[in-house]
Amino acid sequence: MSSTYQLNHLRELESESIFVLREVAAQFENPVLLFSGGKDSILMVHLAVKAFHPAKIPFTLLHVDTGHNFQEALDYRDALVERIGAKLVVGSVQEAIDSGMVREETGFNATRNYLQTAVLLKSLEDGKYDAALGGGRRDEEKARAKERFFSHRDEFGQWDPKNQRPELWNLFNGRKLYGEHFRIFPISNWTELDVWQYLAMEKVELPSLYFAHEREVIHRDGMLLATEGGLIPVREEEKVETLKVRCRTIGDITTTGVWRSEASTLEDIIAEVSMARQTERGGRADDKRSETAMEDRKKAGYF
Amino acid sequence: MSLHIENTELLRFTTAGSVDDGKSTLIGRLLYDSKSIFEDQYEQIATTSSKRGEEGVNLALLTDGLKAEREQGITIDVAYRYFATPKRKFIIADTPGHIQYTRNMVTGASTANVALILIDARHGVVEQTRRHCFIASLLQIPHLIVCINKMDLVDFKEEAYNKIKEDFQTFSHRLDVKDIDFIPMSALLGDNVVEESTNMDWYGGSTLLYSLENVHIGSDNNFIDCRFPVQTVIRPYSDEYHDYRGYAGRIAGGVWKKGDKVTVLPSGFSSTIAKIDSFDGELEEAYPPMSVTLLLEDDIDISRGDMIVRDNNQADVGQDVEVMLCWFNEKPLQPGGTYAIMHTTKEARCKIKEVRYRLDINSLSRDEENKDIKMNDIGRVLLRTTAPLFTDPYRKNRITGSVILINEQTNETVAAGMVI
Repeated sequence: MSSTYQLNHLRELESESIFVLREVAAQFENPVLLFSGGKDSILMVHLAVKAFHPAKIPFTLLHVDTGHNFQEALDYRDALVERIGAKLVVGSVQEAIDSGMVREETGFNATRNYLQTAVLLKSLEDGKYDAALGGGRRDEEKARAKERFFSHRDEFGQWDPKNQRPELWNLFNGRKLYGEHFRIFPISNWTELDVWQYLAMEKVELPSLYFAHEREVIHRDGMLLATEGGLIPVREEEKVETLKVRCRTIGDITTTGVWRSEASTLEDIIAEVSMARQTERGGRADDKRSETAMEDRKKAGYF
Repeated sequence: MSLHIENTELLRFTTAGSVDDGKSTLIGRLLYDSKSIFEDQYEQIATTSSKRGEEGVNLALLTDGLKAEREQGITIDVAYRYFATPKRKFIIADTPGHIQYTRNMVTGASTANVALILIDARHGVVEQTRRHCFIASLLQIPHLIVCINKMDLVDFKEEAYNKIKEDFQTFSHRLDVKDIDFIPMSALLGDNVVEESTNMDWYGGSTLLYSLENVHIGSDNNFIDCRFPVQTVIRPYSDEYHDYRGYAGRIAGGVWKKGDKVTVLPSGFSSTIAKIDSFDGELEEAYPPMSVTLLLEDDIDISRGDMIVRDNNQADVGQDVEVMLCWFNEKPLQPGGTYAIMHTTKEARCKIKEVRYRLDINSLSRDEENKDIKMNDIGRVLLRTTAPLFTDPYRKNRITGSVILINEQTNETVAAGMVI
């Protein structure tokens, strides 16, 4: 058969993800799409729009908000929600702290990362969502490498890596008992480079944070952290500098490292990513706590 | 660099070997030599290697996964790894070789274009090798690459390689595999993985990476028999798209064009394709594995689980389905028992009508006396379904020829079946 009937790898990944998104719409009653404002969740929304065109996406967007946001990320989120006509629900970590549901960490390296899990589970319960779509990718981290597309969670939201359902061909078993739910990862097979190449190919608009800009930062534990908003207490010996940087992932300010970069276009970013010598999660303070940080968080219900 | 992605294809492969065949080292070597390892990953394994008192950096640690696995020194589950060269992007389904090997290998094999079968050059073809090859042929992986590893431990001798190749061929000709390649290598030293070996001048073939980059996968999909399982119906309910009714799905077979005469299963109604739609506009043609939306000229009642086919080339419609079944669950198959069944986008229930035989995968012989199908067993089984399925033989189409069975109490996926 002629080689003209061969998709390139990005189109094949796109087709696989669209298939998974449509399965979710068909198999679940009340699915929600976890939206962090990061490029992976932007990709997810873009794929969802493509999957159900010309109808609206059949998913509510859920943002688990730590309250420590880059302002650009929030602005981008609100504009996107408006444009696609989706419903947005915000699960607030700040409210959970204020109501005493969770207790905030203190100290120089305090983060709200662990609090997100509790708020996520509460939001899923409150909204009676039976499936939560996440932008997790298997290339990100070794615990993610064993994740399924359809990842079954018990009534406590826990992941049991030893007892996952085998996933064959494109048959996805979304059956569950009452009170259980699924985490679904439609872009499991994408790598960081695939995401950037695809976003460039599709000309998807991104928050300006992803492109090189001047920002006040400090050096800590081999990472650069943004000091914006005074969320990171600066130690006496640490010096605040203004450097040209960009984000490779966008999340909570206190854990999202920024990187020195001159990349001002998607093409520059692709060139940079393909030359990169550090994984993107190399800039995540939350993963650096221990060698099994991600595995431990996932078992507890993190996404 | 910008966007030379037009010709980058996606290749999925699975790896199979017994414990200690050097599988993790081979994958680590592929990732490392193809420059797919990041500094922080490399530093992490370098630290771990020296902590453990190992000489040099143990590349096998790159594929080390979960805490539980590291403690026990084993792999629990299928792990997926990624790397790319300018020619192709690769997805590796890394399956453990020990317990539950059948379940894991079948899972990894179900989507693979290529299977790597590892053989320790000192031990040659062993029982596990035969099992792995049988599973690869059962799952219809189109290409096999037999990696004869640890050649450094047999002094890189050609005789050792030839002996293993001959042994392999004496049983592989009984299997249904179209394309088999043999490569002598040392994953530990890197010979013939990415770099050509300087220790085996007698070998005229290509390296593993070269083979993976060049194996022809253009005909791995079925482009002949048009099959479109409907996933969901798209109805925008907006003024602009008032009468829009699109059938969303992923093409499972054949090349589709506007104007094609089609039949809808199970209703049997005929219509014509009015439009192949997508977010990016109308498409001239669609083929596997594209996800598209089909619009028909006639208003027919079609829903999820129905299948659109060509008038003159239809799938088999029936409630008696004969399958080769791989059993995954600790609870054995219950003859006469009822299970939920998933086939393409269709869900139904089925009864185990008869176990024809259990397959002894060591001798490849049929056991018609002891027909108990337990975890990791394979058997030929006749199913009776509550609703008709629209199937093709698995040999003809891996998508329309496959099913999974689900325990209705626990919702676990208990078996995978291939239609005969």
